[in-house]
Amino acid sequence: MVKPTRVTNSIRAHREARGITQAELARRIGVTRQTLLAIEGERYSPTLELAFQIAREFEVPLGDVFEYPSM
Amino acid sequence: MVYHERAAWAGLIASFVTVGVYVGLVRGAEGWIWPMVWAIGVGVAVSILITIVWGIFAGIRDREDATASDLRDRDIARMGGRVEQAFLVIAGLGVIVLCAVGAELFWVANTMFAGFVVASIVGGVARVIAYRRGLA
Repeated sequence: MVKPTRVTNSIRAHREARGITQAELARRIGVTRQTLLAIEGERYSPTLELAFQIAREFEVPLGDVFEYPSM
Repeated sequence: MVYHERAAWAGLIASFVTVGVYVGLVRGAEGWIWPMVWAIGVGVAVSILITIVWGIFAGIRDREDATASDLRDRDIARMGGRVEQAFLVIAGLGVIVLCAVGAELFWVANTMFAGFVVASIVGGVARVIAYRRGLA
């Protein structure tokens, strides 16, 4: 199956390191738990605004959470 | 499962029910009008019924998520709408051609009906796949 997005992320690792549940993070950034699940599973690319919101929740730069492969 | 995903499933199921009811009724009937009216009516009723019943069960499980929607739902709805539109345009052009050649009303109405049904099924499948497998 072709992956719908090439953007990879480490949301789950950041979330677990801080002891934040999916439901809690979803509530903080204003999306449903299913959408956060899809983003974490790399089945949906968040908007730039949402990506910044996620990075801000973890208090890290955007590049620490999201990556885009060069090839 | 969020509200819009349940609605996509309900619409898809209702589309198949509509086709089934129409094919079942039109074969034994003299005209096509009442079978089509019944089929559309049953399809709408089935869609509403599934959405309500499923919504109640989803609400019992997770009240907040049962009615929530966000930008992903909007993206998927937009994509599904684009897919549906393509088939509606094809059906519309078919109707214009049939009118131009003076075809019977039966063919004109059934071409449009087929266009609605195919658009609804293909759009519904596209939405469900986007929810299950992802959307870029």
